[in-house]
Amino acid sequence: MSDNIYKPYLMEIENIIEETSDVKTFRLKFKNTDEAGRFAFKAGQFGEYSVFGEGESTFCIASAPTRKEYIECTFRKAGRVTNALAKLEIGDTVGFRGPYGNTFPIDEWEGKNLLYIAGGIALPPMRCVIWNTLDLRDRYNDITIIYGARTVGDLVYKHELKDWEERPDVKLITTVDPGGQTPDWKGEIGFVPTVLEKVAPSSANAIAILCGPPIMIKFTMPVLKKLGFQDKDIFTTLENRMKCGFGKCGRCNVGKVFVCKDGPVFTYEQIVAMPEEY
Amino acid sequence: MNSLIARAKELLENKSVQVIIGYEAGSNGIARPAFISDPKDAEKLIYDDRCIQNLALYLTKHEVKHFGKMGIVAALPVMRSIMMLISEQQVFAENIVVLGISSDGSLLDMADIGVMKGYIGKADLGNPAKDEELIARLNKLTPAEKFEYWQNELSKCIKCYACRQSCPMCYCTRCSVECNQPQWIPVQSNTHGNMEWHILRAMHLAGRCISCGECGRACPVNIPCHLLTMHLADQVHHHFKVHAGTSDKMSSVLSTFDPSDKESFII
Amino acid sequence: METTKKLIRKKSLEKLYAALSMSRKVYAPVVADDNRVEYKYNPEFSAITFDHIQSTLSVKNLVFPKVENLIYFTNHKTESSVTEVDVSRIPEVVLWGAHPCDAAAYDVLRSIFCWDTKDQFFSKRLEKLTVIGLACHQSDDYCFCTSVGLAPDSAKGSDILLSRLKSGDYQAEILTEKGNAVAGLSPGLFEAMPDEGVLTADVKARFDYREVTKKLTGAFKHPFWVANSLRCIGCGACAYVCPTCACFDIQDETRGLNGRRYRSWDSCGFGLFTLHTSGHNPREVQSQRWRQRIMHKFSYMPDRNESLGCVGCGRCSRGCPVDMNIAEQLTALQTI
Repeated sequence: MSDNIYKPYLMEIENIIEETSDVKTFRLKFKNTDEAGRFAFKAGQFGEYSVFGEGESTFCIASAPTRKEYIECTFRKAGRVTNALAKLEIGDTVGFRGPYGNTFPIDEWEGKNLLYIAGGIALPPMRCVIWNTLDLRDRYNDITIIYGARTVGDLVYKHELKDWEERPDVKLITTVDPGGQTPDWKGEIGFVPTVLEKVAPSSANAIAILCGPPIMIKFTMPVLKKLGFQDKDIFTTLENRMKCGFGKCGRCNVGKVFVCKDGPVFTYEQIVAMPEEY
Repeated sequence: MNSLIARAKELLENKSVQVIIGYEAGSNGIARPAFISDPKDAEKLIYDDRCIQNLALYLTKHEVKHFGKMGIVAALPVMRSIMMLISEQQVFAENIVVLGISSDGSLLDMADIGVMKGYIGKADLGNPAKDEELIARLNKLTPAEKFEYWQNELSKCIKCYACRQSCPMCYCTRCSVECNQPQWIPVQSNTHGNMEWHILRAMHLAGRCISCGECGRACPVNIPCHLLTMHLADQVHHHFKVHAGTSDKMSSVLSTFDPSDKESFII
Repeated sequence: METTKKLIRKKSLEKLYAALSMSRKVYAPVVADDNRVEYKYNPEFSAITFDHIQSTLSVKNLVFPKVENLIYFTNHKTESSVTEVDVSRIPEVVLWGAHPCDAAAYDVLRSIFCWDTKDQFFSKRLEKLTVIGLACHQSDDYCFCTSVGLAPDSAKGSDILLSRLKSGDYQAEILTEKGNAVAGLSPGLFEAMPDEGVLTADVKARFDYREVTKKLTGAFKHPFWVANSLRCIGCGACAYVCPTCACFDIQDETRGLNGRRYRSWDSCGFGLFTLHTSGHNPREVQSQRWRQRIMHKFSYMPDRNESLGCVGCGRCSRGCPVDMNIAEQLTALQTI
């Protein structure tokens, strides 16, 4: 084990899925089997993924800790590093530092109803915890997933959505924005907050996990409050510009909270207490 | 400076401007930029030899423009910067009122930009006297010695960008060094990269620099980087017979074409 | 360990310096061409100044260099590799003549680099560093160490603390094992200390940092920040000259297939510091960034690390092109 906290693991790209025109998922395995054996993480944590020569970029670990042979990440082509990642092929090397950050407290959720709400590219940070709880299905009561994107083409993890739809022990509702449907679209049509209000899941003995672009959060939150969810039972993840990932480079703080150390998972109660600089 | 205070008060009271950018007494006997929006605070305004920062820098700052119309205390270098900013359409003449200050420290009546242009046209546009000695010394060096001098100076550069931030003409919202696809200039500080940065900035200022010397003054490690930009300003004058900041029409030599431009170096 | 106070005459200091420079790198202050003071490795003793109020740049680069390689790599598609930086090659350094503010700053940096996970680059450099402090017999109007819980004669962070006597000789207080090791190079140079007082600068406290920290807790939305940051031009001068600022950037650089990942100094005052790739910037305007600087040093750090992020050296104020003057602002903050 290296003492160098900045040294990345060497990962090999095992599989690449093109989720949308600009979103890809990589399945990565450790090149060193000892490192693979020692590595462990919990749902909610993130890593710094790098292309050597281009730099590092922060993504959540989008696979579940219950699946031991690999980790996955999903990213959109946005800047220098993500564009370089998008050019890589199966077999190429990617650097990975992690796991960093806090986790979804899934142990505390045992016996409760879980309501997952996600929009667009924000499904990846939730996918790890969705898989995790589905892999331990009998510990939880009802599981409902509401997932929406602007258009059918923008939905990520299309193959997984199919799996979740076919499971009898999961209620999946997918939606696209009005105008984003294709002729053969069979899901809902409407913005996520509207669909949530229509589905109206009970807040009794329930936890809500919500991830999405700020505008979606802004309009979904009041609906959750109307349904009776308390701030301490609503979970979300925050993103911020990061470099080190472990609270030293001074970049990701929101007030005194470091998103990389105290987050990225926060309850809405914690978010409300933070100053507005995120 | 009673006439300055009186004029500032008047402009704020009759709402001709919503903020006056001037100078106030700072700590330990120095002057620093001040932003007066309440007529009662106009008393804080001073003008003397200590007032050297180039205030034109603030005319393009979002937080200052936010006030509304701006009045600005302007000695000759600031006037020329204002003229350059107008010629590059970063500042609009109808949004500002210039409280001109002459070389003897008295308030000038500048009803409009035309008056300011006339004043600049008659002024002495030579380089500041304080740099003459160093410039003379450098001019006596051989090219190899000059390179060694600048390598030595620029090895001290810590890439704090105080030079860029203090320059009224460096108003780009995304500077060339802030592009990372590709990364033209290394992020870190090393002698080679530092030289690249300063040469890049000097070139981007050629024909636009009005030789106020702010960049060198702002440098926390005292690199005379203003000599680089000033040298190119002199070269532009030598080859193209123009001084920057003398006209409100776009005229910077590296962005305009004139059929009479000399072509002796390519033909 | 029990500390001892000894007398060391000025000419003995020269001999001590000679003994040290034979076996190690000694980083000492000299007056540069333009009357600034800067630290250099192993200058002639005669060039070393004992009379400087403060150097322009801090000495944090001894433990946190402006550029530090983190890993080397080769980028070769399927066969990329990573090589470690050999930290065993970090040399022993003696910092000669650090004022108490700078000596105390290393502890503040440690509270950043060694909390939660240990940064080996910082730790190794600190381990190899011996600090010979130089108490202050003079100060200027920019100094404010006494406002932040320090003093011109504070021994915090020094391995040996030198204090000037009226005679021009020095009291040497040997404070740690490292200090003992330095004294042990030439024990004869250290004589019995007569009963004589040391010269200490009088630095009047301008504010009480504890009061400021208390005030800052509820001050996030206060109009103070906008009103007092208009002249800030958003450069990195204050952060880079500061002995306790430790924000850094991580970048990759390559030549062909080989490259390195390094970290370099960064500043929360820059507009790009918190800019997301999406274009969203939580701190879009300078007043938010100025607020971050003060809050981080005087509110968040005491809260999280129990360490104030400032040692009152005044370099930021001396170096600021527009006189933001942090001590003046903190004094004003006490009364909001």
